[in-house]
Amino acid sequence: MALPSYTETRYRIWHYIYISICTFVFFFLIAPLFVIFPLSFNAEEFLVFSEGMKRLDPDAFSFRWYHEMVYGTKNPWGLAAKNSFIIAIFATIGSIILGTLAALGLSSRHMPYKGMIMAILISPMIVPLIISGVAIFFFMAKVGLAATHTGIILAHIILGTPFVVITVTATLSGFDHSVTRAAASLGSNPVNTFMKITLPLILPGVISGGLFAFVTSFDEVVVVLFLAGLENTTIPVQMWTGLREQLSPTILAVATCLIILSTLILITAELLRRRSERLRGINR
Amino acid sequence: MSSETKQILTTDGIPLEISLKKAEKKNKIKAFLLVAPLLVFLFITYVFPIGEMFTRSVDDKMVTNMLPKTFKAMEKWDGKELPPEEVFAGFYSDFKILVENQTQGKLGQRLNKEKNGFNSITKKLLRQIKRKKIDETIGIKEQIMKVHKNWRNVEYWQAIKRTAPPYTFAKYLKGMDMYFAPDGSIAQVDEDRRIHRILWLRTLEIALFVTIFCFLMGYPIAHLLATLPMKYSNLLMICVLLPFWTSLLVRTASWMILLQQQGVVNDFFVMIGLVSDDSRPEMMYNKVGTYVAMTQILLPFMVLPLYSVMKTISPSLMRAGKSLGGTPFVAFWKVYFPLTIPGIGAGCLLVFILAIGYYITPALVGGASGTLISNQIAYHMKTTLDWSFASAMGLMLLSGVLVIYWIYNKLVGVDNIKLG
Repeated sequence: MALPSYTETRYRIWHYIYISICTFVFFFLIAPLFVIFPLSFNAEEFLVFSEGMKRLDPDAFSFRWYHEMVYGTKNPWGLAAKNSFIIAIFATIGSIILGTLAALGLSSRHMPYKGMIMAILISPMIVPLIISGVAIFFFMAKVGLAATHTGIILAHIILGTPFVVITVTATLSGFDHSVTRAAASLGSNPVNTFMKITLPLILPGVISGGLFAFVTSFDEVVVVLFLAGLENTTIPVQMWTGLREQLSPTILAVATCLIILSTLILITAELLRRRSERLRGINR
Repeated sequence: MSSETKQILTTDGIPLEISLKKAEKKNKIKAFLLVAPLLVFLFITYVFPIGEMFTRSVDDKMVTNMLPKTFKAMEKWDGKELPPEEVFAGFYSDFKILVENQTQGKLGQRLNKEKNGFNSITKKLLRQIKRKKIDETIGIKEQIMKVHKNWRNVEYWQAIKRTAPPYTFAKYLKGMDMYFAPDGSIAQVDEDRRIHRILWLRTLEIALFVTIFCFLMGYPIAHLLATLPMKYSNLLMICVLLPFWTSLLVRTASWMILLQQQGVVNDFFVMIGLVSDDSRPEMMYNKVGTYVAMTQILLPFMVLPLYSVMKTISPSLMRAGKSLGGTPFVAFWKVYFPLTIPGIGAGCLLVFILAIGYYITPALVGGASGTLISNQIAYHMKTTLDWSFASAMGLMLLSGVLVIYWIYNKLVGVDNIKLG
């Protein structure tokens, strides 16, 4: 963004203001995540930088809270992590299957009432979570699935499918349908065509939708708060309780792990997006 | 003869037109069958339960079911003077059944909401029945009227009559700080007790300001991301995407650490001499905390749609504007800005929709003056257990969101939502 040499002073000043605003906003976006890292290594029990930490005294840092997170007595994180992963994985699988099928149907130019159906399928993403939570809770309580893993998984499938529908329809929008016709003309049946031709081409979209569904489920707390019993506690629920009752640095240790996890997911999603664009021949 | 030449036949001898229509119909069904599993699933587990919230919110069958004979007898009562003997007799026999099932307490509580005093007069009546003081062979009316003076008061019988319909919109009125006055008209709650209206306004205010802040902060960086060369913008994009992918609770936790009184932000203010060490401002558990945290959390939802629109605007347009004599400001305002309006619309509507239903962040950093309508719904779901009121407020919020969603759908189209 170098300025040409003939730029007038006032535009030059404006340009630097613009750059500093942008710097501030980027800092505002990313900096809060980094405050968690150092504090999670705090040797003390308080959530502020101790004098020792400010002097970078090695004694002020410790793995105490990570130890606490894994081996602590009566600690809920083990069960919560197990539940979170089980629920998120099954919810992701469910969302991928239902969402991909629906996206395939929606991308067909023969689909009737496309706009209205799309609006309904996306609605769980738009409707405030608290309302979804209330409605899903009433349903699950009626069919006896409240406080069960199944109930929470079904709830997360509801919340996760919109993401899969969106990403897969987006991938399919650049999809060249003549390749499936070519496969059919060469004698392939529809299932075979889907597995051998369509699926590999839309796979990046499916996986990135799946990642969204996974993160949605893994991060979801409002609906789980309504549905979960003590047995079904998840990481977000534990964090929610911890943040409301007493802020222990153990939460920061967990948060650091979650940030690392989300970084990994972000990298995967970015790589997939680029691969998808390459496959579809879009050069940006 | 002319009609025969027009009729084109397929190899099976079926007219082409019919054959094409058949194929089209088959394709339609095929496409629909692919969508059907998700659609059915959503209808059963999601759309119908939301509809059920409505029946729950207007449901007032409890008293209707508890006092069937009373209401039957009341049909003939004009409601102006004390009801006739039949009403009293009907009420007495209904009440006796309730006493046998030990559910008369619920009736007392429910009627007490309609008119104060019912709790005690139903308890009085219960005691008389338990002591077998009421003789069923003679007139019931006189005996009930003797139990307590309020049973002689026509207003109490009018209150019972008001609960006769099996549904009521009272919960919706309550959500707007109004209620049904004894004469059936709609009245306002006293000014100092209008808590819900404050909450609605505050929710709107916070959603609106968060949207404005997100726009003011998101527009410049979306522009920068869209105009920088790819290798730099990809790097900066991570600053937007990493928060987007990070757990909401983690981000809220980090704001709680930053904004607390001994927190990093306050430390910084003290360091640069903005405030003195002993008068550190309270930035959490109030509106400031809610604004700051929600703006940061929702900012990516503003940047991403703006970015995808700005990416498609050719830089040569700005150059053309400048070469035609416009200053950079004029070129920006007359050429670039109008082209970004679709992105602005998409981003603002998305952020507004998300902000208006926010729950977790306001509950954690908002304190008492930063809570929103969602928190009130959760409160009634979990603490007061007034589920019909929670449903009513939820549906009021939902109708607002659906209107915005409808506008969003018209302007942007749901199939244009971009993720990442």
